[in-house]
Amino acid sequence: MTVVIDTVSRKSADASASGAGPAKGPVSVAQKVRQKGDPGGGLYKKRTPIYPKLVHGRWRSIKWALLILTLGIYYVTPWIRWERPGDLPDQAVLVDFTGERFYFFWIQLWPQEVYFITGLLVLAALALFLSNALFGRLWCGYTCPQTVWTDLFIYVERLFEGDRNARMRLDAGPWNINKIWRKSAKHAFWLAVAFSTGGAWIFYFHDAPTLIRDFWVGQAPMTAYISCGVLTFTTYALAGHMREQVCIYMCPWPRIQGAMLDNNSLQVTYRYDRGEPRGPHKKGQSWEGRGDCVDCNQCVVACPMGIDIRNGPQLECINCGLCIDACDEIMVRLDRPKGLIAYDSDAAVAARARGEKPTYRLVRPRTLYYAGALAVVAAAMLWGFTQRTTLDLHVLRDRNPTFVRLKDGSIRDGYTLKIANRSFQPQDVEVRFDGVPGAVLKTPGKDSVEGPLIARVEPNQTRAVRVFVVAPPESLQGDNMPARFTVSFGDQIAEAKTAFLSGAANPR
Amino acid sequence: MSQRESDEVTGVETTGHEWDGIKELNTPLPRWWLGLFYICIAWAVVYWILMPAWPGISGYTKGVRNHSDRAEVAKQLADLERVRGEGAVKLKTASLQEIEQDPELQSFALAVGQSVFGDNCATCHGAGGTGAKGYPNLRDDVWLWGDGSLDEIHQTIAVGVRGDHDETRISQMPAFGRDQMLTAAQINDLTEYVVALSGSQADKVAVGRAAPIYAEQCVACHGPAGKGDPALGAPDLTDGEWLYGSRREDIRSQIENGRNGVMPSWAGRFSPETIKALAVYIHANAGGQ
Repeated sequence: MTVVIDTVSRKSADASASGAGPAKGPVSVAQKVRQKGDPGGGLYKKRTPIYPKLVHGRWRSIKWALLILTLGIYYVTPWIRWERPGDLPDQAVLVDFTGERFYFFWIQLWPQEVYFITGLLVLAALALFLSNALFGRLWCGYTCPQTVWTDLFIYVERLFEGDRNARMRLDAGPWNINKIWRKSAKHAFWLAVAFSTGGAWIFYFHDAPTLIRDFWVGQAPMTAYISCGVLTFTTYALAGHMREQVCIYMCPWPRIQGAMLDNNSLQVTYRYDRGEPRGPHKKGQSWEGRGDCVDCNQCVVACPMGIDIRNGPQLECINCGLCIDACDEIMVRLDRPKGLIAYDSDAAVAARARGEKPTYRLVRPRTLYYAGALAVVAAAMLWGFTQRTTLDLHVLRDRNPTFVRLKDGSIRDGYTLKIANRSFQPQDVEVRFDGVPGAVLKTPGKDSVEGPLIARVEPNQTRAVRVFVVAPPESLQGDNMPARFTVSFGDQIAEAKTAFLSGAANPR
Repeated sequence: MSQRESDEVTGVETTGHEWDGIKELNTPLPRWWLGLFYICIAWAVVYWILMPAWPGISGYTKGVRNHSDRAEVAKQLADLERVRGEGAVKLKTASLQEIEQDPELQSFALAVGQSVFGDNCATCHGAGGTGAKGYPNLRDDVWLWGDGSLDEIHQTIAVGVRGDHDETRISQMPAFGRDQMLTAAQINDLTEYVVALSGSQADKVAVGRAAPIYAEQCVACHGPAGKGDPALGAPDLTDGEWLYGSRREDIRSQIENGRNGVMPSWAGRFSPETIKALAVYIHANAGGQ
């Protein structure tokens, strides 16, 4: 494809458009605004401003509730306290980078257990697939941070600039005191919201009460200021200025969702079987022989994505249901049944259009696959979670030297044992070695012992313990003897396989 | 430019330049690119003001931030000292035994010791500390000097062997052949004697001939049974460990030439706490007392 950038012809096109405008009759404010965003060719499509109108109804209420709930969770979580012994942080949810721990209420994860996070992400993806196959893009419409913060920012915008029509008039009008104070107040408020968003984020990574003090006196870590600054900027830009463009151009999910949806997925649908043929309707006119859609455009003006849902399912649609509320308001006023636009499936609408009884199939191979995969991963994670021990052992056998021959002909192998004590108390861990009869254990600073060695491991720490195993000459069979270390305290036990190299391959 | 002209085929505006009927299309750089370009130029000016930038005849412009990479390195080194602070202070005050017995201090000493060993000792003694011909194995339980205790190891590191320290450990193996103290035949016999001492097969007649020579020349240091004396730095000839090789010709060569290896004294090169850490590291990894 060849793209031609032609600034000259664009200018003339603009000129002719504005010149021909008045000749076609009065131009609405909306039309003027749309013209401002006229793409006019080129590589970059200019953004057409969208002025979503406030609607009232069931889905709008659910969205408000979810907005308060999700934002509440986000802002409050870092401030929940959770007693932990000793010097350990008392924050319920904390990603402790310096301490290399992730705390979540009674759970704490070590960096080597990051697969639980991976598992959670896989679960989230599968849940997204499943919900998408069942109900379309519910995540996008109700709980995606982009949607939630955009909703919040539009709320603020409405606070200062009024609803749709007032906002369009303000934007089209000249710059005066009224416009300046409304715009600056809005942006200041936006920035404040953005700043508190970025500000809340950093509390997940440090002790919140300490950090909030340090933050204001300039004593917080540089990462806190940078993270806060970046998130302030992205929130302000993404929720304030880019909004639906994030969903349409930046987010990969709308492109992927097509593979998850099918004719039986419930999604925001214009029931054309009932709505068409559409057209204006005067009071008292008969509804016979025509559709219920009166072409009032309320579904379009309510849409935060700037689309017309009557054109069918579209990439832009986030399935938020605001057009349902907008349409229902009108239907009630017209004394027609609600639900001209509703959560419905393409298959059902098509069936009704053919005059058949619609069928809804929530259980179908696709949803079963997703649900099955979800169950398998969840079960695997649960199993893994119950198998976690508070004691962990890794053994590294010395490779240089592989063995040391002592004066009396006995052989000494060196090992480094990494003993992890995930409990919150110091533990005297017993270290045993099996595989070579008559072997004697030695650790620096302690006498050689035939029985188990005792190594103290501090709470919530890993300790590297050097252990030497000395085997008498008579017990050396073969040059590579399979062996095993076992560590234990209380009822906790962990073991690791290793080898004892007898030096037979390198005789004196 | 009086009038703008567009290319008929592509519809793109031309620059007005023409060569043999070929006109240049005006395809300006994208605005974002130009924007970045100008920002970079502005940034360069800011950089000149802030940072060292322009060379001069007797120096260079220092910049208002007064930045210096050298000073930065010095600061990082000072920070390192500070980070090591607590462990390093404890290393200074604690005894060797205390260091080895305290788990936390022990791991600190082992870490310091390992890195110091790798940088300084591994050249001769090997990365694993198992030595080589002429360089003692530090991992087994045979010690030329001392009994392999922490204090003795510490002492050897500090003063060295035949080194430049006033109290350095000194022992002397004479070069019996080179200095013509013994004849070649006598050295041959003595070699058989030493081989016999270590429990290997030897020529019994030669051993008999060498007995008086051993009693005269060697007993003073190596002892009548050839057990040596680690206090004097006299090697044990019976333990099967040979610093300069275990073959007959190796043993003969050592009697003939009497090589005396040197280990430098580290007392003047390392801080006392580094030597302590190194002693703990070597002791922890050796089979010893």
